[in-house]
Amino acid sequence: MSDELLFELKKVSKKFTRGKETISIFEDLNLAIKKGDFVSIMGPSGSGKTTLLNMLGGVDKPTSGSILFEDHPIENLSESELAKWRAAHVGFIFQFYNLMPMLNAEKNVELPLMLKKLSSAQRKKSVATALKLVGLGERAKHLPKELSGGQQQRVAIARAIVSDPDLLFCDEPTGDLDRATATEILEMLQLLNKDFGKTIVMVTHDPEAAKFASTCLHLDKGIFERQDIKGERATITETVENES
Amino acid sequence: MNNLYLIFKNLTRNKLRLFLNSVAILIAFLLFGFLGSLKNAFESGVELSADDRLIVVNKINFTQPLPISYVNKIKAIEGVKDVSHANWFGGYYQEPRNQAMTFAVDAESYLRVYGDIVLDENSKKTWLTNQQGIIVGERMASVHGWSVGDRIPLSSNIFSQDNGSNTWNMIISGIFQPANPQTDTNFILMHYKYFNETQKWGGNNIGWLPITTDDPSLNQSVADAIDKQFANSSAETETSTESQFNKAFLEQLGDISLIITGVVAAGFFTILLVVGTSMAQNVSERTAEIAVLKTLGFTSKRVFGLILSESLFLALLGGLVGLFLAGFMVTGASQDPQLKNMLPNLIMSQDIVVQSVVYMLMLGFITGFIPAWRAMKLNIIDALNRN
Repeated sequence: MSDELLFELKKVSKKFTRGKETISIFEDLNLAIKKGDFVSIMGPSGSGKTTLLNMLGGVDKPTSGSILFEDHPIENLSESELAKWRAAHVGFIFQFYNLMPMLNAEKNVELPLMLKKLSSAQRKKSVATALKLVGLGERAKHLPKELSGGQQQRVAIARAIVSDPDLLFCDEPTGDLDRATATEILEMLQLLNKDFGKTIVMVTHDPEAAKFASTCLHLDKGIFERQDIKGERATITETVENES
Repeated sequence: MNNLYLIFKNLTRNKLRLFLNSVAILIAFLLFGFLGSLKNAFESGVELSADDRLIVVNKINFTQPLPISYVNKIKAIEGVKDVSHANWFGGYYQEPRNQAMTFAVDAESYLRVYGDIVLDENSKKTWLTNQQGIIVGERMASVHGWSVGDRIPLSSNIFSQDNGSNTWNMIISGIFQPANPQTDTNFILMHYKYFNETQKWGGNNIGWLPITTDDPSLNQSVADAIDKQFANSSAETETSTESQFNKAFLEQLGDISLIITGVVAAGFFTILLVVGTSMAQNVSERTAEIAVLKTLGFTSKRVFGLILSESLFLALLGGLVGLFLAGFMVTGASQDPQLKNMLPNLIMSQDIVVQSVVYMLMLGFITGFIPAWRAMKLNIIDALNRN
C-alpha cells in the first residue's frame, strides 16, 4: 500500500445540455485516490457513477474543475494526448466485455500492445502471461462466441492488464454474469489489486460486488452520500463538501 | 498482430458482404478494362494518324468515286507536297469469312505519302515492276502464313473481271512493317493500274486521295483550297485531316467512345452507391468496437486510417481481379479471327491498367472517406451508450 496520491478531483462539475435544459450531474466534487486503492462506486441509475468513471478514464471531460493524475491535470489534454495517456496508464473492463468478435482471445488481448513498441516475441510473451493469469491459457485460439460470459470477461481482464497499466476502470464488470462467475471475476480483480498493486475503480449496482473493494463510495444526485471503509486497506482520502 | 491483420479481419468478418461487394467492384473493372481496351482499339487509327496527311473523299460520302483527273489538279494546289490515290477492293482469301482488306493504289506515290510503311528496297523494286505483285502487311502475312513469292488468289466481293471471275491471282512481292509497332498492318496493297484494267466496271475512278502538305500548319488552307476548287462540280470533295477522317469513319458505327464511356460511368456510379452504402452500414454496425479501440488508446487518426484502408483494400481486391479477368477476355477476343481483322490493336494497354488502379483508389477513397470520418469523430461515450 502506498500513500502516494494517484488521482485527485478538485471541484469537478459536469453538466449536460438537453434541448434548452441544462442538467447538472454533479457539482464541485472532490475526491482523492491513492495508488493501490480498490474503490467501488455504487449508486442508483443516473447518479453519475459511469460519468465519473469516464472522466477518471479520460474518455470524458469535466465542465469545470480539475482532474489530476500524478499531479498533472488531464482535463486539458487533447483527444490524441488523452488516447496516448489511456494507452499508457489505463485498462478498461466493460459490462458486456466488448471483445472484437472476429479476433480470437489471444488477438483480443494483444490489441493494446499494438500501441506499444514491442517485438513480436515480447508481445506473445505478454499475451500468454495475461491469459495464463486469468486462467485462459488453453483458450487462446478461441473466438469470443466460443467462450462463456465469464470466460469472455476474463479475456477482457487480460486485455486490460496486458500492457501493465497503473489503473483499471471497471464498469459493471459482473453485471452480465451469474453469481458464481461474478465472484470469480471479483476475486480476480482483488488479486490484481492485492498482489499486483493495480489501482482499481469499479462502478457497480451490486452491493455484494462492492464488498470486494477496499473502499466503497455511494454516489447519489451528484454527491457522495456515504463512505464505507473496510479494514486496513481503507486508504481513500475522500473529501465530501456537499455531504448531506 | 498489426494494422494489416486488423484490416483483413474486419474485411473478412462478413464473408457474404465481402463477396457481394467484391463482385460488384469486379464487374465494374471488368467492364472498364474490356470496354476501355475496345475503345482504344477503335481509336488507335485516330491516334496514330500523321499530322501532315489529308484525305480527299467525295462529299456525298466516302464510298462514292472521284475522277482520276483530280490527282493532277490537286497536285497543282499550293501547299500540296504529294498526292496518291486508292480504291477499296474489298478482298477476301479463299472464303468470304477470311477478310483480307485490300486497297488498289498508285504504288510509287502511295509509298511516298505513307512513309510509315517500311518496305525493303528489293521488295519495293520487285513490286513496282510487277503489275500482279502485291505487298502484304506483316500481321496479315503472319495470320495466313504467307511469305514473299507466294502466289495467292484474292477475291473481291464488289468487283469482277471481264471473264466473270471475281478472283485475281497475285504474287507477294514484299511484306511490309509499320514504322510504329502499333500501326495496323493487317491489309494488302495492289496496283491500281492492274485493278483498273482488269475489272469490268472501268471508269478511271478512284476512291479517295491521300495527300501530304508542305507543313501541318497549311492543312486547313490546303483543305479549303481543294474543296473550293471542286465546288459545284459533278464530284464535290470533302477534305479532312487523316485523324478527322478516321474518326468520322468510326462514327459511322456510332459514337463508340460515348457509348463505352456512358456504360462505364453508369456502372461506376452504381457501384459507388452500392459499396458506399455497404461500407457505411458495415462501420455503423461496429460503432461499439470502434469506441472500444479508442478507449484502449487508438487515436482518432489511426481509426480513420484503419477504416479508410479497409475500403481501399476492398476496391483493390475486387478491382484487380476484375482487371485481370478483363485482360484475359481482351487476350481471348484478340485471338478471334474476325475481331482480329476488325480491331488489330485490341490489347490492354498500360494506360488502361494505370487508369484502373487510379480509379480503384478513388473508389476506395470515396466510399471509405465518410465512414472513416464518422469513425474518427465518434464520441466514445455516445457509442458505448448506444451499445
